[in-house]
Amino acid sequence: MALKQLSVFLENREGRLEDLFNVFGENNIDIKSFSLAESTEYGVLRLIVSDPDKAKEALRNVDFSASLTDVIAVVLKGGFGSLQEVTDALPADLNIEYMYVLSTEAGHQSIVLKIKDIEKVEKVLIEKGFSLVD
Amino acid sequence: MAIWNEAKECMSRDEMSALQSARLKKIVNNVYHNVEFYRKKMQQCGIEPGDINGIEDLKNLPFTTKADLRDNYPFGLFAVPKSQIVRIHASSGTTGKSTVVGYTRKDIDTWCECVARCLTMAGLGKDDVIQVAYGYGLFTGGLGAHYGVEHLGATVVPMSTGNTKKLVNMMIDFGVTGLMCTPSYLMHIAEVIEEMGVRDQIKLRATLNGAEPWTEEMRRQVEEKLGIQAFDIYGLSEIMGPGVANDCIMHSGMHVFEDHFLPEIIDPNTCESLDDNVTGELVFTSLTKEGMPLLRYRTRDLTSLTHEPCECGRTTARLSRFKGRSDDMLIIRGVNVFPSQIEAALLSINGTTPNYQIIVDREGTLDSLQVRVEVEEKFFSDEIRELEKLTKQISHTIQQAIGLATQVKLVEPKTIERSDGKAKRVIDNRKFD
Repeated sequence: MALKQLSVFLENREGRLEDLFNVFGENNIDIKSFSLAESTEYGVLRLIVSDPDKAKEALRNVDFSASLTDVIAVVLKGGFGSLQEVTDALPADLNIEYMYVLSTEAGHQSIVLKIKDIEKVEKVLIEKGFSLVD
Repeated sequence: MAIWNEAKECMSRDEMSALQSARLKKIVNNVYHNVEFYRKKMQQCGIEPGDINGIEDLKNLPFTTKADLRDNYPFGLFAVPKSQIVRIHASSGTTGKSTVVGYTRKDIDTWCECVARCLTMAGLGKDDVIQVAYGYGLFTGGLGAHYGVEHLGATVVPMSTGNTKKLVNMMIDFGVTGLMCTPSYLMHIAEVIEEMGVRDQIKLRATLNGAEPWTEEMRRQVEEKLGIQAFDIYGLSEIMGPGVANDCIMHSGMHVFEDHFLPEIIDPNTCESLDDNVTGELVFTSLTKEGMPLLRYRTRDLTSLTHEPCECGRTTARLSRFKGRSDDMLIIRGVNVFPSQIEAALLSINGTTPNYQIIVDREGTLDSLQVRVEVEEKFFSDEIRELEKLTKQISHTIQQAIGLATQVKLVEPKTIERSDGKAKRVIDNRKFD
């Protein structure tokens, strides 16, 4: 059920983001959503793409550090106003490492969550009536 | 465990000293009469060949440096007419003119003999199939190793460097059991074997690795990864090429082929000879070389010697693991720092492979030390927190090792400049004039 997120290490150097998008273009990889976390000297780009395995391989071939990370994508039936329902549903002892928006399409708003113990969280969310994107 | 030349490798110390003394006298006499450079140098020191009666007089002989080789470019130090030279090798000459070395047919035979001794030390023999993955050409690695393998009677596969997947495929198809290459290339080959998922299809048993330094931790890591024995081979073109010394199955130092190369350790500053087990600069005197014999050649490599017999049965002197080079020692804020210390610190951190670069700079009057580390996939994390933790850990470990605060910068794979396949380890931007 977990979604495969592509994570890429990016140095804060001119043109690196462009290089990355070029690789995607050449390999027909579609970006569905992304989030960029940054520190002073580097960033980590997290992406949901059409073909994560192929994207990772293509990036590795041109010497990017890229890896695949399991994340959960949850549909918010009531829109982003209902985010609290998700946090309420999660076990109290599990921290959300990070989250970002997957889709803003009306009626299909959804978010991506990085959290430990994914299987347990998925089970809990499904039990509480949420639907997950896979 | 077999020994290639028991008569020479297991001699008593007295016999060895006598042999070395006789050969030293002969070589001093030879260079005095056949190499103008040495005749002048000895005359300046006020010595004649007759003053050298044995190895105890070695300390009276003049030194030879790399600069002397460059000054006498290309053939000025040859001791035989060019008609007797059958092969030339030359260094890459990254910092000026190349240094050129010439070999007579007998020199090539000696080289083959020495490499055969090394291979035997690593447990390889005539039934083995051995890939040579050093560069073939002016560099001594490729051809030196190649003819040594043939001399041993094993099958040589002259891979040279480049196509690693092909190397691995041939390793499987040919049932390759031995491999000679640089340590960093071996690490790369190990990674490719892992990526291809063919670890259980290879028959590789032993590797001989030299031409650049590596740490004991790297050696063990790769042994474990491939289920092999990795041996250190040492050599330098000025003295011969790979095969001047090699470590045996005991892995307790590299045996010097002392019947051909007379080793000594000196203090790099005072040039005084040092005792066994004291670290200093390694110096070699050729004992049998015909083409270009050198007296007391300063290698700039820092190590120590022991003359204790080895448990493997050999009695030849052993070199300890290299501590660095006397000419790449950095003095940062008054502290002596060797790149090898930083390398060892990096390796002690699990998952870090040694693709790094040391950048020394001076802001105002204060030296700064930055270490760039390539973020390879195996320790890349999608969480900034984890990457920051890694940065701190590296910085802390280096500080523990050298006693200096270090700024660590994570950089993308393959962004550290490489030349001839060797990563450029140190950039010193300080201006001293």
